[in-house]
Amino acid sequence: MSTMIAGATAPAGSAPRRVIDVDAAVARTRPRNGLADTLGQTLIMAWRALKKMRRNPEQFFDVTLQPLLFTAMFAYIFGGAISGNVHSYLPLLIPGIVAQTVLTTCMATGVQLREDMDKGVFDRFKALPMARIAPLAGPMVADLVRYLIAAGLTFVMGVIIGYRPGGGPLGVLGAIVLSIFTGWAMAWIFTWIGTMARSARAVQGMSMLFLFPLTFLSNAFVPVTTLPGWLQAFVKVNPISHMVAATRDLANQGTVSGEVGWTLLAGLALIAVFAPLSVLGYRRHL
Amino acid sequence: MTANAAVDAVGLVKNFGPLRAVDGIDLQVRQGEIFGVLGPNGAGKTTALRMLATLLPIDAGQARVFGVDVAREPHRIRQLVGITGQYASVDEDLTATENLWMFGRLQGLRSADARAAAKRLLAQIGLEEAASKPISQFSGGMRRRLDLAASLITRPPLIFLDEPTTGLDPRTRGQMWDTIRELVNDGCTVLLTTQYLDEADQLAGRIVVIDRGRKVAEGTPEELKASVGNSTLQLRLAPGADQETARQVVRRVAGTDPVLTPESGRMNVPLDTADRAADVLIGFREAGVGIASVTVAQPTLDEVFFAITGHGADDEAGEQQEAPAVLEVK
Repeated sequence: MSTMIAGATAPAGSAPRRVIDVDAAVARTRPRNGLADTLGQTLIMAWRALKKMRRNPEQFFDVTLQPLLFTAMFAYIFGGAISGNVHSYLPLLIPGIVAQTVLTTCMATGVQLREDMDKGVFDRFKALPMARIAPLAGPMVADLVRYLIAAGLTFVMGVIIGYRPGGGPLGVLGAIVLSIFTGWAMAWIFTWIGTMARSARAVQGMSMLFLFPLTFLSNAFVPVTTLPGWLQAFVKVNPISHMVAATRDLANQGTVSGEVGWTLLAGLALIAVFAPLSVLGYRRHL
Repeated sequence: MTANAAVDAVGLVKNFGPLRAVDGIDLQVRQGEIFGVLGPNGAGKTTALRMLATLLPIDAGQARVFGVDVAREPHRIRQLVGITGQYASVDEDLTATENLWMFGRLQGLRSADARAAAKRLLAQIGLEEAASKPISQFSGGMRRRLDLAASLITRPPLIFLDEPTTGLDPRTRGQMWDTIRELVNDGCTVLLTTQYLDEADQLAGRIVVIDRGRKVAEGTPEELKASVGNSTLQLRLAPGADQETARQVVRRVAGTDPVLTPESGRMNVPLDTADRAADVLIGFREAGVGIASVTVAQPTLDEVFFAITGHGADDEAGEQQEAPAVLEVK
């Protein structure tokens, strides 16, 4: 254990002591962050989140196990009942499972942010001259990796049990990219919940209220025509329905339908509403 | 040197619901000094510091740091102030180097500069060997030092230290003090809070004492200690000894009134020098006052508080502060 090094005995090779010039320091300060600073800080926060993911691989359980389990489970349980057999259910089911796993991944974003915000290091983030959106957006950028794994694995699992996407590799790729975008846009809802809730457990509970209606009251697992009229009305405006319809068109037919446009629009609207709300919620924690 | 004070706060107020945590505190910290804020737990020290560091909104009053308004330009304040809290605010999942690199990058250092600064600081705080260990394996003292280093990475001209040594062992505490003194050699201004009178005495050029959100005293450590004497004679009278006689002896020999403590038969006598203890004891023998035990100690925060506010620091701070006894008689 070394002792403290006094100024006079600094080891050779260390930087010479510079005395702080207060006037220069004050003159150097800038009243606010520029856009380039904000982007840079967001990427550094993404770097931090990726480091944490690599050191806590159990964080990947949900994005790896859920696509594998749910795809197989839903296909064999509902396949016969809904589409007559498993094989003809897969083109309907796989995009639905993609939507569901991506949404579940979003929820984890909110829960983890809440846990993270309770840690001491967030005190320092607040005291630093950094953009308030960076600690929120950074982990979300890192989470793109999780959406990619979730969406990719679902398609892989589908192919293993007999799914043959008619849209070809390009169609599937388009479907995956669209899912990742939608997931990222939706994650702002859960990030906002994360900044508002008192505990990670509360985030989980509140997120469930969004998660279940959004996934099950949609066209993700069943044909809409089998639903009662009043439910169809909700299903048709649910952004998840648009996303599922769009990914089905992409993966199964290889066509970019109008549903893609609606999905993108819904995603942008979610970001426009929930990103500012999240920053407000985060500021309130100061 | 500019005319601007490092900190110039007037009438700071912070309410938490019905509780007024900070109740109109004025602070003037000059450039290049170590300024101590002394007070017990819950006095409002941390709250005041957090307001000055833009971590809490200021409810009333005004604060400027090097002439920059804290409430109006928080972003500029954050570029001028480094804060190290009571609880280490570093990332548990990263290594020491990664932590410092990240904080440097977040404040606009280039990657290579941030790495160089991390290396230099880890050497300065004696954590080179632990540079690539995750923080979860660090001891409390190592975390605190790393936390201090994290505040220094961009060499801010003003450092806030919130109870920098609370909970540290005596050796680590000494190291922390050395680091703090070095900072001032670099031209830094330091504002520190502490519950320990001897810490304020060791480090600070000027001290304010705060209690229940209000400033109750201000001055140099010498002035503060002079108000309670340099040492304290702690006495327990033998059963049956006459307290009134004892009090008269103290008044005659030491020239002050003894401070009666809540325990029956115990009294503390403030003294200019420890030597005067012998005079008091001789006085007791001549007057026939029996004594059960005697200790000579440095004045505690409790006594400072008692002398200034008329009530104790009503928490454990006073006991922790107890300095080693110079003399103990059975």
